[in-house]
Amino acid sequence: MPMLTLAFGVDLRYAIGSSLVSVIATSSGAASAYVKEGFSNIRVGMFLEIATSIGALTGAYLATHISTKWIAIIFGLVLLYSAVLSFRSPELGSGKTAHPNGIATALKLDSTYPTERGLESYRVQGVPLGFGLMLGAGALSGLLGIGSGAMKVLAMDRAMRLPFKVSTTTSNFMIGVTAAASAGIYFSRGYIDPGLSMPVMLGVLTGSFAGSKLLARAQVRTLRIVFGLVILLMAGEMIYNGVAGKI
Amino acid sequence: MSEHKAPFTEQQFENLIGNFLRAGVILAASIVLIGGAIYLYRHGAETPEHHVFHGEPQAWSTLAGIFSTATLKRGQGIIMTGLLALILTPIARVALCLAAFALERDWMYVSFTAIVFGLLLYSLLAA
Repeated sequence: MPMLTLAFGVDLRYAIGSSLVSVIATSSGAASAYVKEGFSNIRVGMFLEIATSIGALTGAYLATHISTKWIAIIFGLVLLYSAVLSFRSPELGSGKTAHPNGIATALKLDSTYPTERGLESYRVQGVPLGFGLMLGAGALSGLLGIGSGAMKVLAMDRAMRLPFKVSTTTSNFMIGVTAAASAGIYFSRGYIDPGLSMPVMLGVLTGSFAGSKLLARAQVRTLRIVFGLVILLMAGEMIYNGVAGKI
Repeated sequence: MSEHKAPFTEQQFENLIGNFLRAGVILAASIVLIGGAIYLYRHGAETPEHHVFHGEPQAWSTLAGIFSTATLKRGQGIIMTGLLALILTPIARVALCLAAFALERDWMYVSFTAIVFGLLLYSLLAA
């Protein structure tokens, strides 16, 4: 999405619309594989989708009312944050905390996931905090037309103590619904342009297919650093353009 | 879906959802591809004007409008139908979960899923 506005000079609102379309496409495409492998926790996903959908509707509503200048600045800040995240190594693990959590048990969120040693069970913690963070993730997603997967993973990984693989795949599972919640609003406001969304959607699908093949052979460290630098650059330009009123 | 006496296993349900999502994306992409080919054939030589925002005409931002332009075999109408199919894929997935939780008689999750479904429909139809 910043690529569209910065490199090709597409209006921010069209870019948001097309970006949402590509987010739904990749999320649904990838989720189809992850769900089958049994990593995603459908109950956790379904429950938290209440939060992300409310957030997304709010965000999309806001996006149609505030100036693109502010959207650009917020977007820049979010990019900056994900650049910082990509330079840091992920903290693996968590998950197997022994104490059952009252709310999580009442909501039947605890589950199992496949590991090399067979099915392992985990208990979910920090449900209210996770739910709150998901409201925020949904709002950002609706406002900026992104999947805000990083924030979803943060909520499930850090706050709810889900195993890393469960967090990432469940996040992916939820992204489609979150994006669909705001896409409806963008759609009826005329932010989704067929001529622009068509190449973006088809390109992203082809890219993600090729990417998943490449990823198996790529050096994760190098990948993260290149990715981080690109995002850092975009963040700087986005904030500059927003402040200077060029968007 | 690990409840006792479930009418289906968790794995079966996950496979169903996985296949469903994949089919939705493939269907949507195919429609967009066909529409895109027609669109490029007709308008490929024009320069797009996406740096200026003017909002899409009413015909492409309402369901009825999209279907009437699509039936006229116009490229952009067909692309929009494909994009709509893409947006509908996760929404239909929620409906699928709703049915599954109902079959399991898990009323708590039936109500959670119903809330999400309602929000999605509100966004698409009423907002």
